[in-house]
Amino acid sequence: MNPSSGTLKGRIRISSLAKGYQDKDGNPVKVIEDCSVEFEPGLLNVIMGQSGCGKSTLAYLLAGYLNADHGNIEIDGRPVTGTGADRIMVFQETALWPWMTVTDNVIFGPVVGSGVAKNEARRQADELLERFGLIDFRDKYPSQLSGGMKRRVEIAQALINSPDIMILDEPFRGLDVMTRELLQEYYLTLFEDTRLSTLFITSELEEALFLADRIYVMGPAPDNIGQVIDIDLPRPRTFDVTASQRYLELKQQAMVYLYAGTDDGGGGATGQ
Amino acid sequence: MKSILLNKGIAARWRGPLSVIAFFGLWHLAVVTGLSGFAELPTPVQTLKTFVVEYAGDSVYWDSWVVSFQRVLIGFAIAQILGIPLGLVFGTSARFRNLFFPVFELLRPIPPLAWVPISILFWPTNESSIIFITFVGAFFVIVINVYDGVRNIKNEHMWLAQSLGASRMSIFKRIMLPSVIPSIAVGMTLGIAITWNVVIAAEMIASDSGLGRMTWEGYVSSTPEVVLIGMISIGLAGYLSSITVEWIERRMMPWVEHR
Repeated sequence: MNPSSGTLKGRIRISSLAKGYQDKDGNPVKVIEDCSVEFEPGLLNVIMGQSGCGKSTLAYLLAGYLNADHGNIEIDGRPVTGTGADRIMVFQETALWPWMTVTDNVIFGPVVGSGVAKNEARRQADELLERFGLIDFRDKYPSQLSGGMKRRVEIAQALINSPDIMILDEPFRGLDVMTRELLQEYYLTLFEDTRLSTLFITSELEEALFLADRIYVMGPAPDNIGQVIDIDLPRPRTFDVTASQRYLELKQQAMVYLYAGTDDGGGGATGQ
Repeated sequence: MKSILLNKGIAARWRGPLSVIAFFGLWHLAVVTGLSGFAELPTPVQTLKTFVVEYAGDSVYWDSWVVSFQRVLIGFAIAQILGIPLGLVFGTSARFRNLFFPVFELLRPIPPLAWVPISILFWPTNESSIIFITFVGAFFVIVINVYDGVRNIKNEHMWLAQSLGASRMSIFKRIMLPSVIPSIAVGMTLGIAITWNVVIAAEMIASDSGLGRMTWEGYVSSTPEVVLIGMISIGLAGYLSSITVEWIERRMMPWVEHR
């Protein structure tokens, strides 16, 4: 599929966004300040940064779970005013409902949200579960699945709604290395097949480099989005790409940007 | 390998009955050797004999069971019916919580038995006051557990449903209620144990019927066999209630793995 053909959905335009909260003593803490950035549709955009820099807050604002203090977010020209099934989030820790079977979790969106008939939703769910190798587990409860399976169910649960944007907030955190790499390849294949506009949040550089079209390096307020790195590694990608010269160059460059924001200063990082 | 597993299974099955037999054996030994404090007590065999001869066929004895069970069940049921919604409202409405939670917290630490005098004055019959005290025993623990359950609902669970377009009513029914079921179960487990505690004590103070009263009368009439029959009956009744509640809880939560 050619990404430039047709009109791709899911262009995100963020302008002068600000969000803060009050700490226990009532002092205002700024998480995001005067943040303006645009995410092009049809790309796998990765936001990278250390914990506490406001990555998740940005994702929650985009999903509509939080309201901005200032500024606004537009998706394809429409301002975000609340939640919507046009952008579905996969959370850091599993958000599957433990009291529902795999199938019931997956068909929740179509059946409860959009009023699709249960049989039709089940058929769609079976297709997705078949594709994700989960069909034999459709009547199991989430507690009976492994961590990697749960993540795949969550991706199916999102995809069945045909969202314009997928938001993944450190989705593979806490999984073992093998499972993690499998799921990265999984999502990569899915993305390369569909070009579904994706905002992928991670704190792992290797994950970011392997997946991304673009990496947005995020730091603490007031310089939320610092550097943007175009990852021009060819697609479709396999793990072989991580051995290429270009990969190593990009990694080197990204590390300079990443460590520039820390207390160590940029000098120490460039020496590595 | 298989035979080891099998043996283990058999051993596990025998351990329970064995401990019960050992308990009665030790009791018997303590009485016949005249261990300090056991001088006035009958042996298990004597107790059993008294039970078979005087109680097993006695309708008054079985009425005590029925009466105590009724009090527990009614008090427990009313506590659930009123307590679960109240806990839900405390958890969801800040306004309601601000208005009524302080009163609730003021009343909660009062032990159920401290309600005995006022409830005898307030309620027209002894029966209703005992049921009320039983209700009090379970009510607070249920409300506080449900309230806690609502507060601990994961944000992600609610958010995901919102994103997928669920209405407020669907979110309440399909996300909030099931999230709270494990807390309701905890409230039930604690509640049933408390109601048995409370009902026995209340019967001793304020009633002329029930297993608690029977045990007390055994003491007053200096017949330790009756005291022991009463105590064992109460133990059995509580145990039966607990396994019934556990059975209900399993059916409420098919998604929780049980051993």
